[in-house]
Amino acid sequence: MNKLVKFAFFLLILLSAVFIGLVVLNIENIAVLSPEGMIGQKQSNLLVLSIYLMLIIVIPVFILAWFVVWKYEVSKKHTDYDPEWNHSTIAEIIWWGVPCIIVIILGVMTWKGSHALDPFKPIVSDTKPLRIQVVALQWKWLFIYPEQNIATVNFIQFPEKTPIAFEITSDAPMNSFWIPDLGGQIYAMSGMKSQLHLIADGIGSYRGLSANISGDGFSGMTFVAQSSSLEDFEEWVASAQNSPDPLNFQSYRELAKPSSYNVPAIYQLGEEGLFDWIVMKYVMPMPAHKEKGMNHVFPTY
Amino acid sequence: MFFQHIKVRLAAIEYSDIFGRLTLEAFKHDAIEASVGISIIFGSIILVAVLTYYKLWTWLWTEWLTSVDHKKIGVMYLVVTVLMLFKGVVDALMMRAQQVLSVGDSFGYLTSSHYQQLFTAHGTTMIFFVAMGAVAALMNIIVPLQIGARDVAFPFLNNLSFWLFAVGASLLMVSLMIGEFSGAGWVGYPPLSGLEYNPGVGIDYWIWSLQISGIGSLLTGINFLVTIFKMRCPGMTLMKMPLFVWSVFNSVILIVFAFPILTATLAMLSLDRLLGMHFFTSDFGGSAMMYVNLIWAWGHPEVYILILPAFGVFSEVVATFSEKRLFGYVSMVWALISITILSFLVWLHHFFTMGAGPNVNTFFGFMTMIIAVPTGVKVFNWLFTMYKGKVHLTNPILWFLGFVFIFTIGGMTGVLMGVAPVDFQVHGSLFLIAHFHSMVVGGVLFGLIAGYVYWFPKIFGFKLNEKLGEYAWFCWMFGFLLTALPLYALGLMGATRRMDHYEASTGWAPLFVVAAIGAIIIFCGIGFQVLQLLVSFKERNKNRDLTGDPWNGRTLEWTTSSPPPVYNFAFIPEVKDRDAFWDQKQTGIPLHGEYKEIHMPKNTPLGFYIGVLSFTFSFGLIWYMMWLAAISFVGIVVCILLRLFDQHTDFYISAAEVKKIEEQTLKNKRFV
Repeated sequence: MNKLVKFAFFLLILLSAVFIGLVVLNIENIAVLSPEGMIGQKQSNLLVLSIYLMLIIVIPVFILAWFVVWKYEVSKKHTDYDPEWNHSTIAEIIWWGVPCIIVIILGVMTWKGSHALDPFKPIVSDTKPLRIQVVALQWKWLFIYPEQNIATVNFIQFPEKTPIAFEITSDAPMNSFWIPDLGGQIYAMSGMKSQLHLIADGIGSYRGLSANISGDGFSGMTFVAQSSSLEDFEEWVASAQNSPDPLNFQSYRELAKPSSYNVPAIYQLGEEGLFDWIVMKYVMPMPAHKEKGMNHVFPTY
Repeated sequence: MFFQHIKVRLAAIEYSDIFGRLTLEAFKHDAIEASVGISIIFGSIILVAVLTYYKLWTWLWTEWLTSVDHKKIGVMYLVVTVLMLFKGVVDALMMRAQQVLSVGDSFGYLTSSHYQQLFTAHGTTMIFFVAMGAVAALMNIIVPLQIGARDVAFPFLNNLSFWLFAVGASLLMVSLMIGEFSGAGWVGYPPLSGLEYNPGVGIDYWIWSLQISGIGSLLTGINFLVTIFKMRCPGMTLMKMPLFVWSVFNSVILIVFAFPILTATLAMLSLDRLLGMHFFTSDFGGSAMMYVNLIWAWGHPEVYILILPAFGVFSEVVATFSEKRLFGYVSMVWALISITILSFLVWLHHFFTMGAGPNVNTFFGFMTMIIAVPTGVKVFNWLFTMYKGKVHLTNPILWFLGFVFIFTIGGMTGVLMGVAPVDFQVHGSLFLIAHFHSMVVGGVLFGLIAGYVYWFPKIFGFKLNEKLGEYAWFCWMFGFLLTALPLYALGLMGATRRMDHYEASTGWAPLFVVAAIGAIIIFCGIGFQVLQLLVSFKERNKNRDLTGDPWNGRTLEWTTSSPPPVYNFAFIPEVKDRDAFWDQKQTGIPLHGEYKEIHMPKNTPLGFYIGVLSFTFSFGLIWYMMWLAAISFVGIVVCILLRLFDQHTDFYISAAEVKKIEEQTLKNKRFV
């Protein structure tokens, strides 16, 4: 075997070892593998378990690939050269069969996991969930707390150990709403209302973002998701309710104009039906937000 | 209503009847974009000068541009592919550089909109004009030779397909200089790619670049489907076809079923944009989700269109360089067929996060995982082909071994994302980017490079330098791993794709630096490949393949000379065994009688003309120069009619001439 190939094999093993070592040592910094919420934790467990299952096939493949080169390389002058040997029923049964079994196991896991971790499914808990309505705008996130009558931009706060029920839509190109520390994402689409249920197990500050390209300011669509104690949350709500800035149709129209890298902002909620109006305006038979005088209930936008 | 829309639309923009919406603004670019444009123009000027100086125009026109010879068309595909590969790689390097620089207070050296054009162009270039181009190149050159045919079923159509492909590529290149390219990603989801959010020409360039080359691909698909069905030499039953032919056969079936979806989807999107229709808008009953479904109903088969021929290459390469029959031929064929069928049943796994519900997600997740089974079977069969063989560690086998490692890891992460609940945490992240680059680089590209090295002597008559090839392989392999591994980690840390800036507090910068170093190493690998080509060309007399069979090959393409004569085979071969040439070597090469005259298709410039006219047609529609589009369209119809009524599309090569060529070949062989 020539030196370069030997070196390559060696380097492969070294590189893999270094990579796995670094991942294990820094696991605390890897949001998806060390999440801070129950949903994320379950997803992470599923991820790790799936990898272990697949390694049952992958490791033999790697060993076999090394072995055939090591043993049957032409300069080795091995004696069991058999140019016509091209079939073995047992071998075929093994490598069609074993992967099939593993895929069936993974399939059952997917079935159970999809139902258990359905983003639309509310989290079972004694605590009453906190409702947050999310609107993806160009290029910032608007959060509406309908029960607290406040709204924020690029910042959310919520109490720990409390299920959060997100209702998500978009008044912009499609985005994806994602807080990796807490759990998986869901698309934000105009005229649609998607849901996402997450929970934080402790106090902390997490990075949220959009995971789908939506135009120029897309990279700036990050936000802080702050999990705090219930007291801190209530205190924050109280102070937010006293915000001098109201969010009504007029200020919403201003806010919805394209802008990038917006700093967090806090509003009093001035219009109760704002979120539903944003969803519904796309569902109307005519493009109501463009044609004047079509809509009597809400002002044209 | 449509006229109303057009009226309103034209009133809102700067528009003239002659130039449409093309104004001087379109030629203004920032320094970086301008330098790319200038270097393209400069390169073209040098090319024209060289061609003129050496008086090569006639040669270029009669021997290449108008040729219907499948081998020459294949070489032309290869040339375009290599040029586009450079563009795609430069895009990639620029993106890596931006992600290294644009952290915290610094916003890098590219504007968001330029960055978005880069990743869109990178994806579009690599899929449509590099991977598709290389697949088309190999399939053009090799399939007729492997099935013992003298050309493809429809030689003119083949030439036309190439020109449509080249027009798609040139539209993309022109967008660098005139106007801009799309920034909505290579699959261009609306509403971002709709008129409301992207009224400019970028999306239209993207649409027409894909539309024209997509039609070319569809024609290629039909052409090769018929070729493989109808033009196999006597004795070659379906189950005696070489596996590369089988893989292309499955790939073109996918093309024939999938590409019409792309054509229709893009047509609807351009109707939305041109005439103000509402197929995919957010309002007026349109549904952007329908677009996402449609584009992936094409897009997922598309990735199998690319990977299957790579699998085919490995099947040939592994058997040849192990001096052993391919292990489990029947199993391999059924694996290909199952992948072909399953590839149409998995498209929704690209958007589990749309929220279709757990039952739908489970179905598509399960189908996704099932595809891994036949794919895994293929890997085992290749490794068992090497088992008990005589393994020569030539370049193609090295690419194969690199493929086994990278593709298996990519496959593993792919199945992982098929577990729908896990996908919610990695979807749209750099983890996904690392996954599909493992498949497309480690799988498709490594496979096609292996094929390129393997069949190079057949195409050009001399072998490539092995040593430089090894260095190239080494750089590609480890450069790729250095790029991909950090991206896997970054994805799990919550770094999303298509991001041109991130906060310093994320601590991602070092990983992006490693990824950039990897990309530079890959670039060195390409450097070695260029060097390999130059050195091999310089030493071509030393490395000449006069036997036609430099690797002790097993299939029919090695029975003819390198490069093959224009008619491929003086006598149409007869096949008794799967490894036809191997069998002939064991049982004796069959003898033939007198040479006979050979019936061949005649060259025609009409493919080129239709290509040029489709360029002006698209350009007219992109810039709203309706007169140009209309004239071009009429021109295309006229060209097609001219071809339909052309009675003189063929000619005969006389028996004497065949004899002369064949005797020269025999003399060369004896000389060896």
